[in-house]
Amino acid sequence: MPMDEVALDHGHDSHDHKPGFFARWFFSTNHKDIGTLYLIFSLIAGVVGYSLSGLIRWELAEPGIGPMLWIQTTFFGLDGDAAVTAAKHFYNVVITYHGLVMIFFMVMPALIGGFGNWFVPLMIGAPDMAFPRMNNISFWLTVAAFILAILSMTVPGGSAGNGFGGGWTLYPPLSGSTGHPGPSMDLLILSLHTAGIASILGAINFIVTILNMRAPGMTLHKMPLFAWGMLITAVLLLLALPVLAGALTMLLTDRNFGSQFFVPAGGGDPVMFQHLFWFFGHPEVYIMILPAFGIISHIVSTFSKKPIFGYLGMAYAMVSIGVIGFVVWAHHMYTVGMNVDLKAYFVAATMVIAVPTGIKIFSWIATMWGGSIDFKLPMLWAIGFIFLFTVGGVTGVVLANAGVDHALHDTYYVVAHFHYVLSLGAVFGLFAGWYYWFEKMFGIKYNSFLGGLHFWLMFIGSNVLFFPQHFLGLQGMPRRYIDYADGFSTWHYWSSIGYAITLAATLVFFISLAVAFIQRRKATESGNPWGEGATTLEWTLPSPPPFHQYNELPVVNTKGGH
Amino acid sequence: MRRIGVESVRHILAALSAAILAGPAFAAEPLDGAINMQPAATRIAERVHDFHNVLLVIITAITVLVAGLLAWIIIRYNKKANKVSRKFSHNTTIEVVWTVVPALILVGIAGLSFPNLYYQNVTPNLGQIVATSKQLLADGKSAEHQAFTKNYFPDAAEAGFVNVKIQGNQWNWTYTYADIVDESGLPVEFVSNGLHKGRASDPTDGLRLLSTDYPMVVPADRYIRFYTAAADVIHSWAVPAFSIKVDAIPGRLNEGWFLVKEPGVYYGQCSELCGVDHAYMPIEVRVVPQAQFDAWAELMKAGDFDAAAASVRQIASADAGAKFASN
Repeated sequence: MPMDEVALDHGHDSHDHKPGFFARWFFSTNHKDIGTLYLIFSLIAGVVGYSLSGLIRWELAEPGIGPMLWIQTTFFGLDGDAAVTAAKHFYNVVITYHGLVMIFFMVMPALIGGFGNWFVPLMIGAPDMAFPRMNNISFWLTVAAFILAILSMTVPGGSAGNGFGGGWTLYPPLSGSTGHPGPSMDLLILSLHTAGIASILGAINFIVTILNMRAPGMTLHKMPLFAWGMLITAVLLLLALPVLAGALTMLLTDRNFGSQFFVPAGGGDPVMFQHLFWFFGHPEVYIMILPAFGIISHIVSTFSKKPIFGYLGMAYAMVSIGVIGFVVWAHHMYTVGMNVDLKAYFVAATMVIAVPTGIKIFSWIATMWGGSIDFKLPMLWAIGFIFLFTVGGVTGVVLANAGVDHALHDTYYVVAHFHYVLSLGAVFGLFAGWYYWFEKMFGIKYNSFLGGLHFWLMFIGSNVLFFPQHFLGLQGMPRRYIDYADGFSTWHYWSSIGYAITLAATLVFFISLAVAFIQRRKATESGNPWGEGATTLEWTLPSPPPFHQYNELPVVNTKGGH
Repeated sequence: MRRIGVESVRHILAALSAAILAGPAFAAEPLDGAINMQPAATRIAERVHDFHNVLLVIITAITVLVAGLLAWIIIRYNKKANKVSRKFSHNTTIEVVWTVVPALILVGIAGLSFPNLYYQNVTPNLGQIVATSKQLLADGKSAEHQAFTKNYFPDAAEAGFVNVKIQGNQWNWTYTYADIVDESGLPVEFVSNGLHKGRASDPTDGLRLLSTDYPMVVPADRYIRFYTAAADVIHSWAVPAFSIKVDAIPGRLNEGWFLVKEPGVYYGQCSELCGVDHAYMPIEVRVVPQAQFDAWAELMKAGDFDAAAASVRQIASADAGAKFASN
């Protein structure tokens, strides 16, 4: 809704006193502080997850076991075949925790906990989240979960060493007492339970906030698309995570209390775990991308100085992605020996998702069409997102076809596909939001030159990193391999070169962060650095916003809208 | 650094020209620098490749369309080229178009996808194939018969299935030939280990991470029906040149089939994370002429695994196979 239709009246300055440092950051109930905590947390977790991927690309730069073996001999004093075995297990641990950390402790906390907490209340004209204390416990449970996950890397997994090396998908029997009898997997289950509770509480908070605390006049059909994205994400979390929790609990009792849910000898079935896992896991991928969809919509509209094209179509495209996202899960399991008719159903259902996704891509393009576009940094990331997400999306259509997936399942083609939608899609969405709201959140301006350098290095690097992986997958390179046949060498080498470029990008990012906080260039006085295109409520507030905002609720003109 | 850019460009060019020329030579192993699938060795794979090639054109077109639109926007609608933004936010016609057209494309894709899926996923009924073939010939429908033979192989169907049970273990494969029974009534069964384990003691011969000590051996131009099972954790039996990947899951028997016309060596690798040596349990399938297969089977029945493995080290061509049989 346009800014000029909003009554601007915040009598806040007089009672804008903040609590002391400890109370403010450790007992925080303020949505903006909790958002900031989430962002700091996901920066730290992101560094961990990204370092793990660095180990992967270092190892895979050349055929043979190299760096992993060096780590075992240098830091753990192993040699000979024992070192080789430990190296192989360590590699499996690295890929497992790379996935888990990036999904549960980087992308989700940043997009949902970070930007969601910061901007859902600001955008819908709410003074805070509905349940501020629950918000606090969500955050600290996420921290506890992360610590548990890291701890689980340091205790025995199986006979081959510490940590769980069965992949982020946790398939039994490899994750059961057959594959990983040690306490590592139990700690990991506890970690994911904890992270799941944190997310469910957060989801309840978002749903209640969005449904009940919108500014007067802001109907659901006038709500900013980021809030829409967060609402749908929260519903998906609420419905999907309990299923994961159930599967994890069954796994836990299988491991420790003699139940046989996934043990064939006792009448159980390992495939049942996969069904439960992916019933959570597929909505999970939309959980990671829907908030980014919302962010991209706002950025595209802001810098094109145009209202979002087809607002209702955009909102309901997200709703339908969320709904269909629950009935396509078994396309992750085409090779388990499902009935062929069932596969055919999942092929059809999966391809249907391409329609609403296409609507989103084309609507962003139409939003830009006819605009007077200012290619500021957030817009570069947004355009990068649209292109890269398209590339990741179309390979998804290829993989949706079970016939082709039988060839490509569990190969690097799949790795390339989901990194295009996540590592390039969700992460580009994250950085787009980061630069878009940087000034709003921190009250200082980012360094445009370094930010631009960050974007271009990241864009080039991540493409060099992931595009050749399509070729590897087509040639048959399986996932989760510490070593590969010599015929896969060239593209693995290029993929690692790509990682090195993204490493440079990441260093530039942290330098730009340091420079911004050292220079402390003052934010635009009006609170709106982007001008006429930025029409959502957060731009009506100063940068940074006062500790408590909207003491008098903004009123959204009911005649406005789209 | 071992590889330089120029060399990689050469690889790409080589792969491209290989893809264009598509000669009869089989590369049943990963080819360095290649950008597409390994050459198809089964009809299943041929059909997957044909379908994938169509998909590749569609997805490339969509990506180019989106990239082109973005490029046009960047050129035409930047703030210098277009000082004042237009304010439209609806256009029902275009919204209907970009909903309906993609949906139609997807319906088209599904139309190609389902026959492909059912073809590879349903183990053929050999008796029916023989009957249909005879019927078509009897009706004088030679064109239909030719089309039918392309997908189904009546001669091979007459010979029946060769049945193999494939069991995944941490970290090797057990192959059991239920139809080939030795004197004591036990089926031929052997364990196939990768030659290389990433250790200092690894042999220097063989294809690294692909060659095995006792390969799976099957006759060419015969219907192979296989069942996968697993002893411990989930594995997945996969051969890229066949476009086949079937999980081996404890407590389940999964079924699959293939038929390879060309004798040759085809390599695959375990495709479901199964623990420490996941990367070290390769699949080597030696497809040999029937006569050579029979000779191999005799040696296996006699329990002379090494002699049997040695007998398939050189793969006889189909003609030589005939000679082999006459000797």
